[in-house]
Amino acid sequence: MIGIVGYGSYLPCYRIKVEDIARQWGRDPEIVKKGLLVYEKTVPGMDEDTITISVEAARYAVQRARIDPVKIGAVYIGSESHPYAVKPSGTVLIDALGIGPEVHVADFEFACKAGTEAMFVAYSHVAAGHMDYAMGIGADTSQGAPGDALEFTASAGGSAFIMGREKVVAEILHTYSYTSDTGDFWRREGRMYPKHGGRFTGEPAYFRHILSAGRGIMERSGLKASDFAYAVFHMPNGKFPQKAGKTLGFTKEQLEPGWLVPWMGNTYSGSSPTGLSATLDVAKSGDRILLVSFGSGAGSDAFIFGITDEIEKVRDLAPAVRSMLDGYKRYLNYGEYAKHYGKIHLND
Amino acid sequence: MIVPRYTREIPQRFRLEAAECTGCGKIVFPPRRICPKCRGKTFSPRNLSREGKILSYTVIHVAAEPFELQIPFAVGIIETPEGARLTAQIVDCDFSELAIGTRVRLVMRKIQQEGHAGILLYGYKAVLER
Amino acid sequence: MKEVAIVGVGLTRFGELWEQSLRDMFTEAALAAIADSGLDRIDSMYIGSMSPGLFVHQEHIAPLLADNLGLAGIPAAHVESACASGGLAVRQAFLEIVSGASEIVLAGGVEKMNDGSDVTFALSTAADQEYEAFHGVTFPGLYAMIARAHMHQYGTTREQLAQVAVKNHAHGINNPYAQFRIPMTIDTVLRSSMVAEPLGLMDCSPVSDGAAAVVLTTAERAKKLGKPYAVIRTSVNVTDQIALHDRDNVASLPAVGKAAQQAYKQAGLTPEQLDVIEVHDCFTIAELVVMEELGLVERGKSGPAVMAGMTTLGGKIPVNTSGGLKSKGHPVGATGVAQIIEIAEQLRGTAGERQVKNARIGMAQNMGGSGGSCVIHILEGRS
Repeated sequence: MIGIVGYGSYLPCYRIKVEDIARQWGRDPEIVKKGLLVYEKTVPGMDEDTITISVEAARYAVQRARIDPVKIGAVYIGSESHPYAVKPSGTVLIDALGIGPEVHVADFEFACKAGTEAMFVAYSHVAAGHMDYAMGIGADTSQGAPGDALEFTASAGGSAFIMGREKVVAEILHTYSYTSDTGDFWRREGRMYPKHGGRFTGEPAYFRHILSAGRGIMERSGLKASDFAYAVFHMPNGKFPQKAGKTLGFTKEQLEPGWLVPWMGNTYSGSSPTGLSATLDVAKSGDRILLVSFGSGAGSDAFIFGITDEIEKVRDLAPAVRSMLDGYKRYLNYGEYAKHYGKIHLND
Repeated sequence: MIVPRYTREIPQRFRLEAAECTGCGKIVFPPRRICPKCRGKTFSPRNLSREGKILSYTVIHVAAEPFELQIPFAVGIIETPEGARLTAQIVDCDFSELAIGTRVRLVMRKIQQEGHAGILLYGYKAVLER
Repeated sequence: MKEVAIVGVGLTRFGELWEQSLRDMFTEAALAAIADSGLDRIDSMYIGSMSPGLFVHQEHIAPLLADNLGLAGIPAAHVESACASGGLAVRQAFLEIVSGASEIVLAGGVEKMNDGSDVTFALSTAADQEYEAFHGVTFPGLYAMIARAHMHQYGTTREQLAQVAVKNHAHGINNPYAQFRIPMTIDTVLRSSMVAEPLGLMDCSPVSDGAAAVVLTTAERAKKLGKPYAVIRTSVNVTDQIALHDRDNVASLPAVGKAAQQAYKQAGLTPEQLDVIEVHDCFTIAELVVMEELGLVERGKSGPAVMAGMTTLGGKIPVNTSGGLKSKGHPVGATGVAQIIEIAEQLRGTAGERQVKNARIGMAQNMGGSGGSCVIHILEGRS
């Protein structure tokens, strides 16, 4: 049996309300909130970035995995906000956790599905018998251009998953990936903010890939929506995952534990992975969980997990996602938010 | 660029690697060759717990250039359960919550960055135990 | 052991001396000291300066300043112990005469802080770079933590801290070389902008340019000059771990306590026998803690003592009649020398309106960083 042996998430304590961003740009706050089904989002501290978020999430994953981190043979962090353009985020993490030096490290990038890519490759190493443990992480401090629609939802956070074959908590039953060159959202080298194709990001991008991956994995596995306890989809806003779920035959209740976006925002590479983490926080032995991510560019990774008895033993070894979402919070105004996100142009 | 100086301290900044004097038991952080208490020369490795309590603190309003954008920020002297002492920023809290004796956790954060193009320096900071 | 005397003193004004460079200030002070001494020869010199390298990108200042004094060729050395550099320079000069290696030695201190460098950064180099300054704590921040701990342990108040500044300003008004010759009120101190809580701007000594110098020689030679002089009864240097977090009790300055005990023992004196003291009030809290470390009051009782006027001119034991670092100014390397000059003037009877009546024995306490080093001199007046 191969699958997740430890998982962990981290969300910063800072928040900004969507209505404050809306007012900043002269938009109607109620219309924006209703349209997106997002009310507030996480903001990184000025001293936080994809690396520090990944380290905290990974620490919790190691706590739950109950292993000596030096046994981890590969570490992959997927993000679209790696702090360096050249110099891996993963090397800081391994030195922070005491992993390695005998370890494979690489940073991944594929818009919002870089995290699930990292999870897939980590899983594949273990499945192929290369190593006993491998870790895949999705974390971001995503940027939305000021005044752009994405600014309402782009947020910060991440989750880490250690794959192994002993004391597996969530067995990986099936994987599937659906990819095409669909340029719905991108950022050129050296530019600060991404650009996107407006409504093109919907049907031709998000829905085409997520639904194809969802259908593809369900066909391959022979499972239908009612066979699952829960489903987690990439959450660019509150509505898209609900629509995707409904189209594939899932109920709102099946999506509920992982549907964090109204209070978390879209943590990009951390989005569906953190939804998965929150779902693992409540899942029971025997449950099946479907995870379908989406990354612009574009592609979707799908996983089917089977929860084991081990979940009860590890769940409480680290904080639950809900406790971070609902726990201690500090709300920022737009000016503080802009300072935190480095949106203010500083002198040299 | 202070890359070598920064890289050399990574075991301490990232993993809180300290040393325990085999003679008198004093924990030295960072490790050194001679025990400041008993002048012993042999040590065994010991990682500090990622927690402690505040012995004193202040809120800085006038900072050196690398920290100017962060003002005001809190720093404190933290004592870990094994008796080691360190100085660190205390973040993610209201300043009114700071008090001598408050319990903290030590987390990894970005401590400094060298302008727009230099390196990022990571290390430990304290957050309140909630 | 040979007795060493101070026979000449000289200093510049302390303040923002835009027109004067480091070398110019030092030369002015040194020439004044040499003139004051009446001697026509200098065998060797020591200069205390915390960081000419960081402040004005100049190292190798010993030969530079010897040359500027027209003394190129004599042995000269730059000594450094952060803010105790000046006191250390005097101590080294003292030791050189005691050893017999030289007869007449110039000891000076100088700092040029206003030439555009990052002062907060430069001062933070007195702290542990990797484990204190790296994290953003500043020099005022360290003393602020000492203050916070002192307030927590002993109930010291911000008003008591402020009173130190008020007293020192009242003294400094009578010091023609002082940077600030204005009165201060507790209210002004409490309302000054925050630097590192609980210390506001008026709790902190200023950033200053300035230089100070003394000429030392044997007591034998001093006697022959026929005017009042001061003899160095004892010179002590004590070091401690420089990181504040390594001290057992954060609300203390153990190096000062140790140095004071050594000084009293070597000189055969008790604190009660001191007539006048200059202490290192880089921050108001420093003066309070130093009072306790010098044994002037019981631990924790310095706040009430200052409020009661114990250390004011005319009180039981005047402290910082010069105005202290707070009102006189604190060109870091010059401070230790300037403190000794004030004590020498008191003992010679030339302190003008700052004069402590019948001052016979005085102490100068100079300190580096957050108490990582302490240099103490006890002087005695001779006529």
